Amino acid sequence: MRLQYPNNIRIVSVPCTGKVDLLHILRAFEKGADGVYVLGCMEGECRYENGNLRARKRVEKAREILETIGIGGERVAMYNLSSSEAPRFVAYAKEMTERIRGLGPNPIKNAVKGKAA
Amino acid sequence: MSDAKTPSKLERILAAGHQAVTSECGPPRGSDAEVIRKKAELIRDHVDAINITDNQTSVTRLCSLAACIHLKSMGVEPVLQMVVRDRNRIAIQSDILGAASFDIHNILCLSGDHQVFGDNPKGQNVFDIDSMQLIQTARYMRDEGKFLGGDDIARPPRFFVGAAANPFADPFEIRVRRLAKKIAAGAEFIQTQCIYNLDKFEQWLAQARDRGLHERVAILAGVTPLKSAGMAKYMKNRVPGMDVPDEVVKRMSGVAKEKQAQEGIDICVETIQRLREVEGVRGFHVMAIEWEEKVPEIVERSGLYPRPDISGGP
Amino acid sequence: MIVAKPKPFEEVMESVHPFERILVAGCNECVTVCEAGGKKEVGVLASALRMSFMNEGRQVRIDEVTLERQCDREYLEEIRDRIDQYDAVLSLACGVGVQFMAETYVQTPVLPGVDTCFMGVTEERGVWSERCQGCGQCVLAVTGGICPISRCAKRLLNGPCGGSTKGKCEISKEVDCAWQLIIDRLTELGRLDDYEQLAPIKDWSTERAGGPRRVVREDVRS
Repeated sequence: MRLQYPNNIRIVSVPCTGKVDLLHILRAFEKGADGVYVLGCMEGECRYENGNLRARKRVEKAREILETIGIGGERVAMYNLSSSEAPRFVAYAKEMTERIRGLGPNPIKNAVKGKAA
Repeated sequence: MSDAKTPSKLERILAAGHQAVTSECGPPRGSDAEVIRKKAELIRDHVDAINITDNQTSVTRLCSLAACIHLKSMGVEPVLQMVVRDRNRIAIQSDILGAASFDIHNILCLSGDHQVFGDNPKGQNVFDIDSMQLIQTARYMRDEGKFLGGDDIARPPRFFVGAAANPFADPFEIRVRRLAKKIAAGAEFIQTQCIYNLDKFEQWLAQARDRGLHERVAILAGVTPLKSAGMAKYMKNRVPGMDVPDEVVKRMSGVAKEKQAQEGIDICVETIQRLREVEGVRGFHVMAIEWEEKVPEIVERSGLYPRPDISGGP
Repeated sequence: MIVAKPKPFEEVMESVHPFERILVAGCNECVTVCEAGGKKEVGVLASALRMSFMNEGRQVRIDEVTLERQCDREYLEEIRDRIDQYDAVLSLACGVGVQFMAETYVQTPVLPGVDTCFMGVTEERGVWSERCQGCGQCVLAVTGGICPISRCAKRLLNGPCGGSTKGKCEISKEVDCAWQLIIDRLTELGRLDDYEQLAPIKDWSTERAGGPRRVVREDVRS
């Protein structure tokens, strides 16, 4: 459909969101990501039955941890859609970008930069 | 009928063939003994002995032993309720001797409600021995004159040993077996949980009679007057091991609020009158906690007054 | 197995706060099974700690290792060559492992990352319950394989008490009445008459009450 979506999004493809580990999410923030969202199939339509349900649980756990350590639980989210819903893909991308812009940069970014320097 | 083994007035009344009447008082949450004395005065002429509860519901109160000593000093016969929740075997034997030193002759052996219900839910509990083993211990100290460790006791205690029974607790199938077990452990009298479901109680008692248990232990039927329909509902729904049939709740609710207390007393009296005729019921344990002033009316209307005078006996 | 649960993050953070070089050490046995202190949990906790320190503007080195177990010297020895690189070890092993680690590396503060709870079973993933309290004199033969000491809130040996309601303990509807379970089991085994046997007063000297315990087996000592 060649729709445009925000260019600040880095996509990591997985065969099923069930493959996304809690550690993947946390490491992304450790390395300075401002936000992470997981995009999975509609619940009930997972080809592997409950991969996307497991992903949701892990996203919840990540949210808890990020909230506790002061990074902010709203920086992580899970969305569901079917692969043919391109407009929805764009909508979620925009929504997430808006939200993260509102929250500002990952507070530990400076510490990470300091390390790199 | 039979000979009493101890100086216990309760035992001697039962041995003489009378139906006994006991009641109970809860000690205060403070050190004013006058509270106990006042309650005891209200009922002393209408009962043969008074139980003193032992930190009931795990709420810390003046201890049962001290309250029993106060009763004794007013000439009232106490029943020392002792739970195994708070004491190890050393303290248990020691408290038994303490009670015996004041010539307290009745003990009721109980497990005790878990401390989670009381004012110290974070505390430890003991349960070094259980209530059955407490029955055995009390009998052993009396009959063998020895401590659990084997040494001789100087002036052994002379307790009439009792236990509680709850015909309404789960599992029902085991309740008579449990009664048999308590008798085998040495229980000589039983006070039951308060009875509202007379059919179920009589069913339990019939099973006990089938095994001849009613002849080996004196069963005192527990009764508690309901103060209100609200109390009936509360006991029905929120108190474990309590069986309050719908008809009883209906009967209480069917009466105007100001008349409910009297209705509750009437139900209590009717219960006693019915159970007096049942073989195996050797007496009644009237529990009117914080309503002790009603005990005399209940005892009198049930035909259990005056209490027999056995002071001239052996 | 020994069942433990993760300590609240804030509590862990507070205990490791003074240190600059921390080793998070997991254990591959019990705490892995109850998902409290295995390799995965080490990774997650280490990541969270790094981010938490970074958020305070501190660059703290947090390394990860998961040992086979922390209750045997041979596995604890595996980190001897690098222990000096750390100011503290945050051990996610059960209380046993934390202590043995501390006994092995006396110069290094060893902090607990989990709360050790009991010896129990996996009822299903995510649900563990207690089965044994190590009384040292097992009575399971007479109670149909159900332990009244660890599963009865009052550890009654001649239960049930009057608070048993519909098969549940008086303290909570979530807790089975151990004696209901025993009675049901004895019934299934056709041994309900055993119920009337009076269990004797227990010898608690082999339990915690008797003091810290030790087992010595001369027959297997080298």
